[in-house]
Amino acid sequence: MFARGLKRKCDTEEEVDGPVAGFRAVPSYDLQRQSLLDMSLVKLQLCHMLVEPNLCRSVLIANTVRQIQQEMSQDGTWRVAAPQGVGPAPPHDRLVSTDILCRSAQERSRPGPGGDSSFPKGFEDGPAPDMTSDLTSSMPAPAPRHAPSSVWDLDSSRESRGSFQKSLDQIFETLDSKSPGSMEDLLSDVDSSYYDLDAVLTGMMGGARAGPCDTLEGLAPLTAAPPGPSCKADLGELDHIVEILVET
Amino acid sequence: MLLSLPALHLQTSEHHPLFQLPHGRLGPWCRPTGSPAPLSCEIGCGEGSWILVCRLLVPTQVSLLSMEEDIDTRKINNSFLRDHSYATEADIISTVEFNHTGELLATGDKGGRVVIFQREQESKNQVHRRGEYNVYSTFQSHEPEFDYLKSLEIEEKINKIRWLPQQNAAYFLLSTNDKTVKLWKVSERDKRPEGYNLKDEEGRLRDPSTITTLRVPVLRPMDLMVEATPRRVFANAHTYHINSISVNSDYETYMSADDLRINLWNFEITNQSFNIVDIKPANMEELTEVITAAEFHPHHCNTFVYSSSKGTIRLCDMRTSALCDRHTKFFEEPEDPSNRSFFSEIISSISDVKFSHSGRYIMTRDYLTVKVWDLNMENRPIETYQVHDYLRSKLCSLYENDCIFDKFECVWNGSDSVIMTGSYNNFFRMFDRNTKRDVTLEASRENSKPRAILKPRKVCVGGKRRKDEISVDSLDFSKKILHTAWHPSENIIAVAATNNLYIFQDKVN
Repeated sequence: MFARGLKRKCDTEEEVDGPVAGFRAVPSYDLQRQSLLDMSLVKLQLCHMLVEPNLCRSVLIANTVRQIQQEMSQDGTWRVAAPQGVGPAPPHDRLVSTDILCRSAQERSRPGPGGDSSFPKGFEDGPAPDMTSDLTSSMPAPAPRHAPSSVWDLDSSRESRGSFQKSLDQIFETLDSKSPGSMEDLLSDVDSSYYDLDAVLTGMMGGARAGPCDTLEGLAPLTAAPPGPSCKADLGELDHIVEILVET
Repeated sequence: MLLSLPALHLQTSEHHPLFQLPHGRLGPWCRPTGSPAPLSCEIGCGEGSWILVCRLLVPTQVSLLSMEEDIDTRKINNSFLRDHSYATEADIISTVEFNHTGELLATGDKGGRVVIFQREQESKNQVHRRGEYNVYSTFQSHEPEFDYLKSLEIEEKINKIRWLPQQNAAYFLLSTNDKTVKLWKVSERDKRPEGYNLKDEEGRLRDPSTITTLRVPVLRPMDLMVEATPRRVFANAHTYHINSISVNSDYETYMSADDLRINLWNFEITNQSFNIVDIKPANMEELTEVITAAEFHPHHCNTFVYSSSKGTIRLCDMRTSALCDRHTKFFEEPEDPSNRSFFSEIISSISDVKFSHSGRYIMTRDYLTVKVWDLNMENRPIETYQVHDYLRSKLCSLYENDCIFDKFECVWNGSDSVIMTGSYNNFFRMFDRNTKRDVTLEASRENSKPRAILKPRKVCVGGKRRKDEISVDSLDFSKKILHTAWHPSENIIAVAATNNLYIFQDKVN
């Protein structure tokens, strides 16, 4: 378990005690936090594939993601999320974390300080070893509970997915901007979260990459191959994702 | 496989005159215990020594077929067997509830079925049977549905059952799935009118000219039938999943709570309900909290509580306003900074809330603890009991495999002095509030012989494992006891372990 508020870089396991003892063998707090974040994001995306996800579970996972993002923004590992005014906020202030997560698209599209408001940059600060393979091994692979047809045509499901959309959009905005134009056209009427999920998953399955930064940048081309024009057919696409998940 | 032939015969013998399956949808469900062999008493904990009274279970297709001579007939007759049924998902018990006298015990399962068990009548020559329950009635309460407007499947799984206080010879209960609450009447019929001469044997009206006398029909006794009939269907009022229903002490109204709203219904009115709580934010992006459970006060019909995923409980008074979006009391425990982690919020999410019978206390269950709150003290619980604190170091794995989102329920005993809740590995826990002693018991087929005294179990935390102890790492997280029930006045408990229902009773009792 990760004790919040304990600021540690690498090699400080000795200081860890009490409830954190279970993770002594683990190399790095930042790495663990990152993999927890990744795991949560995958869980969230899987929630969104359901017509009616378990709302309680989704909300709890989303709040966990917010917490992690907030903490990362405080110690600078989450650069995009830490503009002026957010950094020194007390750890308990949930409004701040919500604010980070729910910043509107316009705000985000504004050029950030120094113009480097992209997610992968933040990664360069942290230790970068193979978090991808770590996550791959730990990834849950539940199949969608309901028939996946017309998943994205639903107002109710959109409604419940809404709260997570923003944060994920923010996380993956780099991906969007790096997608080739043809891809944009190809996937123009595909729900963005959907496309992002595929990107993330495919990227992770990409496997033995050196660092998360590379992985994320390598996503766009990988996405292009499998979905093709048929990705409007949600069913086939979901099957594809599930297939990937199950195979791993 | 699980059912044996003699057991079935015992079931239908003359000791069980009430054993009738009126709907023909379900087969025999229940297996009474074999020959009684009371064992001598051993260590008694504060909660007494518990013995297994009976284990009732859902039959698998395999077991049914294997014991049936005429397999083909069986196949045709057993329409209740689902196509995919191999003691599957559908058989998993999803709720357990005693009625107000404790004479009946209802279970609901994921297949939308309700099975009601009746307590064995006491008789002098069968003292040992006094705690046994046998099938009384079974019926299909909910069917899988499809919402064509929203294009979504609605599961038939029974989320909750609540009995209404008995007012006449019939029994009434509410059952709910994710979206629809139904009021069922369960009644007995042991007589039928005979002697009409207006109709012939086949039920056709006779030619009036042939009828020379008018005979008054008489009621003749017949084999007892138990009928379940749906009396009201309360539909179309919930956008999210219903997690709780609670009958009000005025006996005229009840409430149903989903993730974001609570509705108040009158039993007589199915086409409208009052929305009494709505925490849905105008913008769903701001949603950070959901309603996890709700219950009416046992005596004050204006008061109810609901719990949230942030570990708080709100007590509302319906007299203050029609929409109770402002609570009267707010129960919350300050977070212990030494135990903070990314999972703090998830494990503090309340999975069940129950008023004590007295109405003075509220019990809440979160992932690792049970807490008892005094209605007069909002800033912290008066008692906190650790259910399985050894999991605190495993939260990351439990998050990874989603167990951390399991919704354990909790119950009071009849006198509010003992509380019970479930855990993993088919373990369940009891806490004596007076002596502060606790016990871990196991509901499993392998380890409990009928009438044997349940052996307290122990989970060893690190270090050396003593004999009879089980290490944390060998716990089976797929065997979880989420639903339990306690007889309203006696020390008889019902524990649901996947598709098995165990009835235990206090040895001393």
